[in-house]
Amino acid sequence: MQSPDQIPTSLYAKREPVYPKAVDGRFRRFKWAVMILTLGIYYITPWLRWDRGPYAPNQAVLVDLAHRRFFMFGIEIWPQEFYFVAGLLIMAGIGLFLITSAVGRAWCGYACPQTVWTDLFQHVDRLVDGDRNAQMRLDAAPWGPHKLFKRGLKWSIYLFISFWTGGAWIMYFADAPTLTVDFWTGQAAPVAYATVAVLTATTFVLGGFMREQVCVYMCPWPRIQTAMLDEKSLIVTYKDWRGEKRGSVKAAAKDPEIGDCIDCNGCVNVCPTGYDIRNGPDIRCITCALCIDECDKVMAAIGRPRGLIDYATLEDCEAERKGGEPRPISKALFHTRTLIYTGIWAAIGFALLFALGTRDRIDIKVQKDRNPPYTVQSSGEIRNDYTVKLLNMQSRPRQMQVSLDGLPGGKFWTSEMPRDKAARALTLTVPADQVQPLRLYVVAPDGTERQEFTINLKALDGDGEADHSTVHFDAPGNDDETGESE
Amino acid sequence: MANKKIDEPTGIETVGHEWDGIEELNNPLPRWWVLTTYLTIIFSIGYVMVYPAIPLLNKGTEGLWGWSSRGQLAEEMAEGTAKRKAATDAIAAVSLEALVKDDKLMPLAVAGGSAAFKQNCVQCHGSGAAGGIGYPNLKDDDWLWGGTIADIHTTLEHGIRAADDPATRTSLMPSFGKDGVLTPAQVSDTAAYVLSLSGKHPNDAAAQRGATNFAANCVACHGTDGKGLRAFGAPNLTDAVWLYGGKPEQVTASINKAHAGVMPAWSKKLDAVTIKMLAAYVYSLGGGEETVSAPAAPASGTGNAKP
Repeated sequence: MQSPDQIPTSLYAKREPVYPKAVDGRFRRFKWAVMILTLGIYYITPWLRWDRGPYAPNQAVLVDLAHRRFFMFGIEIWPQEFYFVAGLLIMAGIGLFLITSAVGRAWCGYACPQTVWTDLFQHVDRLVDGDRNAQMRLDAAPWGPHKLFKRGLKWSIYLFISFWTGGAWIMYFADAPTLTVDFWTGQAAPVAYATVAVLTATTFVLGGFMREQVCVYMCPWPRIQTAMLDEKSLIVTYKDWRGEKRGSVKAAAKDPEIGDCIDCNGCVNVCPTGYDIRNGPDIRCITCALCIDECDKVMAAIGRPRGLIDYATLEDCEAERKGGEPRPISKALFHTRTLIYTGIWAAIGFALLFALGTRDRIDIKVQKDRNPPYTVQSSGEIRNDYTVKLLNMQSRPRQMQVSLDGLPGGKFWTSEMPRDKAARALTLTVPADQVQPLRLYVVAPDGTERQEFTINLKALDGDGEADHSTVHFDAPGNDDETGESE
Repeated sequence: MANKKIDEPTGIETVGHEWDGIEELNNPLPRWWVLTTYLTIIFSIGYVMVYPAIPLLNKGTEGLWGWSSRGQLAEEMAEGTAKRKAATDAIAAVSLEALVKDDKLMPLAVAGGSAAFKQNCVQCHGSGAAGGIGYPNLKDDDWLWGGTIADIHTTLEHGIRAADDPATRTSLMPSFGKDGVLTPAQVSDTAAYVLSLSGKHPNDAAAQRGATNFAANCVACHGTDGKGLRAFGAPNLTDAVWLYGGKPEQVTASINKAHAGVMPAWSKKLDAVTIKMLAAYVYSLGGGEETVSAPAAPASGTGNAKP
């Protein structure tokens, strides 16, 4: 019927369901450990307390968007210090490069949220439906009360996990105990409910149903990683020179051509993305190494050495193919690229630590009024107006002094210090963790020329912290009559 | 599928085409992908129905929900007004003197006044409120008609020489030169005397001759010491601030042909709260004068506060 020119198959394919078989082994246990650690950090962190005194929140990790403060244990970051967060993100990026060049797609295999939640949901599948074969049977079975019950139960658990996932997220943005009460009594902000709803929906869909398709079709990271891997990167590899050609143990006894792989399909059955690693590296392989666990178990059962499927670099594979010994994984970790990445990563880290240790906790910012540049007072004195912001970035109120340096004869008044008490210095208390705005009206005698002067800020509580800002004082030039008016 | 062709290295079926020896592997898209495309098409049909979408001859379709960007603007403006209502009500309720001392309300009033200023006042007084020749600088401490918040409020409400407000502030300086009251030489002498008051002209013979003319013609409004009189809006001639310029030729011109600036009576155009907020804003610019000997609390919001 069809000519060779006709498109023989559909352009769209239904998803092949994946029913990964339960497996045990060292990588599976490592995966458990990473899952418990990452989920633990995610769910517990917002509930940790950290005493910062009466003027600041006591939540250890808090992104206070409303007040534009970011708290992380002993560190408090203000919006203008956001470069610390940018630095951390750059470190996270370089860290991913480092991990990728050293141990391949370990991020994908163990720590990526999509992987962790998919793994969690697959455990739920096994808990409710049973292992691989039972899952397949139930999927194929017609809809009846039994299947309805099982599906309802499974999806309810999905939904429950998804809801907690979304619910934990918002706890990072407000005081967790207060927000929890507000949330259940309908008092929380609409954005809190919307965020929980969206994250619940995405977790439910991406973790419960999309699963490996997120990695294969949606995520850009596998593509980038593919470009970053080289012949020195660790990947999960099927050692085809040892395994091929495939055949049973019995057949191998007769045919010397037959290798170690007995074609049991164990590696495919345990794969959470349903990939056959024996086809070579692929975007579907997230290098979770569960196939290594399964294959090692099979090799042990048939009395052959482990490692038919193993972590190896392509370089080592080449050497091994030519008869070399398998090289231990630890030797593959150190090569030029990983050392360079480690160096960059550590340098940024030290730079951030240094900046953190030496940053100022008080700050003065001055903005001069430019419209008009100056005002002539009736006395002939020249006035310049400034908007000053005093930053007290510590969690305690502080006595501070604002004073003038330079500008002979100059003095100022503010909204707190009336005009008839104008002086060259003002002492005031800046509230804890606050920006204190101040309008500064600076006057200088008639005849003062345009010049620079300095506005100093000094903490009066002993540790001598200080900051200053050098600004212009504008004055009439030679054509001084034109701008005057009453 | 009799014509199945398998690509040797990858083991993947090809789509069957061949272009100059190049073949395409068949890696089909997932089905949900194309279903998503269909969903967006269905969504777009609904969108076109409920929102304005299809351009017709005179106007577009209006959509079932009746949404329009103008309607949304009106809604948002109404929302904004409603949000400000608590603040504007509170500002309306306090007296001017109490408003100045209120740490919470005053910044709100200044902010509201600043916005109203940019709409109504900048045309003459400039966006920085620094005025210009003939238009008073509102930042300095020199006030023709008074610089307490009550004075400023009255000026705003009734304007200056505003034809449509009987309670407006008004006064008129004669054009001494133009109307022939003084000869050109006398005008020049008087200018010399006026400038000598602030030290801009030496106290020479011309200034002394001008003093006689000043005593005869000017003291009624500007005072014997030349310090002006706020009741008439007569400027202080001894200070450094000159509304119409302080150069000799400018002062001479002002004596020859007098100026009479006009400001509208804003109560005809703006509501009472806006005027109050404008007064607060102008008062806050750095030259506002304290209310002297005003009973602080017992005024109970009367007086100038309510129009």
